[in-house]
Amino acid sequence: MTTLYTEDHEWLLIDGDVVTVGITDYAQSQLGDVVFVELPKVGRALKKAEAAAVVESVKAASDVYAPITGEVVAINDALAAEPALVNSDADGKAWFFKLKLADKSELDGLMDADAYKAHTA
Amino acid sequence: MLATDKPSTLKQTPLHALHVTRGGKMVPFAGYDMPVQYATGVLKEHLHTRAAAGLFDVSHMGQMTLRAKSGKLEDAALALEKLVPMDILALAPDRQRYAQFTNETGGILDDLMVANFGDHLFLVVNAACKDEDEAHLRAHLSDNCIIETLPDRALIALQGPKAADVLAEFCPEAPAMKFMDAGPHQVNGIACFVSRSGYTGEDGYEISIPNDQAEALTSALLDHPDMLPIGLGARDSLRLEAGLCLYGHDIDTTTTPIEGGLNWSIQKSRRTGGARAGGFLGSDKILAQLDGGAPRKRIGLLPEGRAPVREGVLLFADATSTESIGSVTSGGFGPSLGAPIAMGYLPSAQAADGTTVYAELRGQRMPMKVSPMPFVPHSYKR
Repeated sequence: MTTLYTEDHEWLLIDGDVVTVGITDYAQSQLGDVVFVELPKVGRALKKAEAAAVVESVKAASDVYAPITGEVVAINDALAAEPALVNSDADGKAWFFKLKLADKSELDGLMDADAYKAHTA
Repeated sequence: MLATDKPSTLKQTPLHALHVTRGGKMVPFAGYDMPVQYATGVLKEHLHTRAAAGLFDVSHMGQMTLRAKSGKLEDAALALEKLVPMDILALAPDRQRYAQFTNETGGILDDLMVANFGDHLFLVVNAACKDEDEAHLRAHLSDNCIIETLPDRALIALQGPKAADVLAEFCPEAPAMKFMDAGPHQVNGIACFVSRSGYTGEDGYEISIPNDQAEALTSALLDHPDMLPIGLGARDSLRLEAGLCLYGHDIDTTTTPIEGGLNWSIQKSRRTGGARAGGFLGSDKILAQLDGGAPRKRIGLLPEGRAPVREGVLLFADATSTESIGSVTSGGFGPSLGAPIAMGYLPSAQAADGTTVYAELRGQRMPMKVSPMPFVPHSYKR
């Protein structure tokens, strides 16, 4: 399993053709206290760069875009009950959704952990 | 998903260095570089203010004095009454009152505080409007009055149930003041203007301090264990829970004081049949609405789901209608309620408490209930 990152501060955990997507710890620290997360419906076909989810902090609403094309195969229901998980465990328990990877070449442009670290430095 | 935009022409308050030192996250607001939050974060800053005490820098707001050329306070009061629907003549010494500058069509140019300081009036206006307010006062009142702005003074607010205890250590007279008392007081030996007022719904004070002593006094107050610095983020969620208007959002030149639900701020003497009825800009329209009702009004809204419904979202009478009947003017999450809250405008006929309306959010209709305000009860020391 590998973890890759987007310039929009999302992480992707690649496990075969299933990709788990969340926002990075850096992103949550910039957003502040998260009070609401809206997730896509399971079964929805997402196109790369399409608005897929919404994170609302006390301050503002932010879109989370689909980092790759794929069908939503699971969503994290725990975020509905406890949106603050995004602040406490952005890289782990606060994953947003899982996509079934449609086109592996879409992963090529993404960053690894070191490149992402440099991106946020 | 994150944007930073910081014009280089931003002004700084005398407390700018203090904010940066204390970890303030600085953002542009009304032409100033201001702290939106500190390391504590908006949610905890909000809850700390309601539980203990918070300190806010509001030095970007405009402070000014109004004096009659005759030297008589009543002449300044009567002059100001031409621009506001409030009774200024009856405002007692060392008392403060909420007011609005109105225009010829009954709209609101700004909202403000007016205090009677004995021989002159002291005004505090919004940052974004202060230059226009000054020009407005000069244009209408210069024949009889001297208008002086006070850019040499900072302004801070101490808010929360422990604000009085904290300030008592620096200003022994402070606890004896009542809500909306206002006047000159020594705070830690510094000549300040202190009022028992604020913008959070909590008990508290606003303190005008000479610029060159603002940082020292603010640091001393912040060193108190009950006090935390609070940014603009929590200032907004606190005032929203308290049902208080934000100028430029909930009220503006297109809303009258009556539509804005500010009837309570217009004293009897300025109403139809009063001793000095009317006689202010837009009085025909405003008094007609006060007597006969306004076509729309500002209302509180409680979204039924968990999603915050923010400024600009359109409101509909039902889940399918295509024509909106109003919109949200302020909205977000209320940390003390643990739920989303909003305010907006609806036609008066559809604005009764308990009415369900629908917000259009990301292509979906979300039910919201018209709700009385404040959402969190005020705790003023009257």
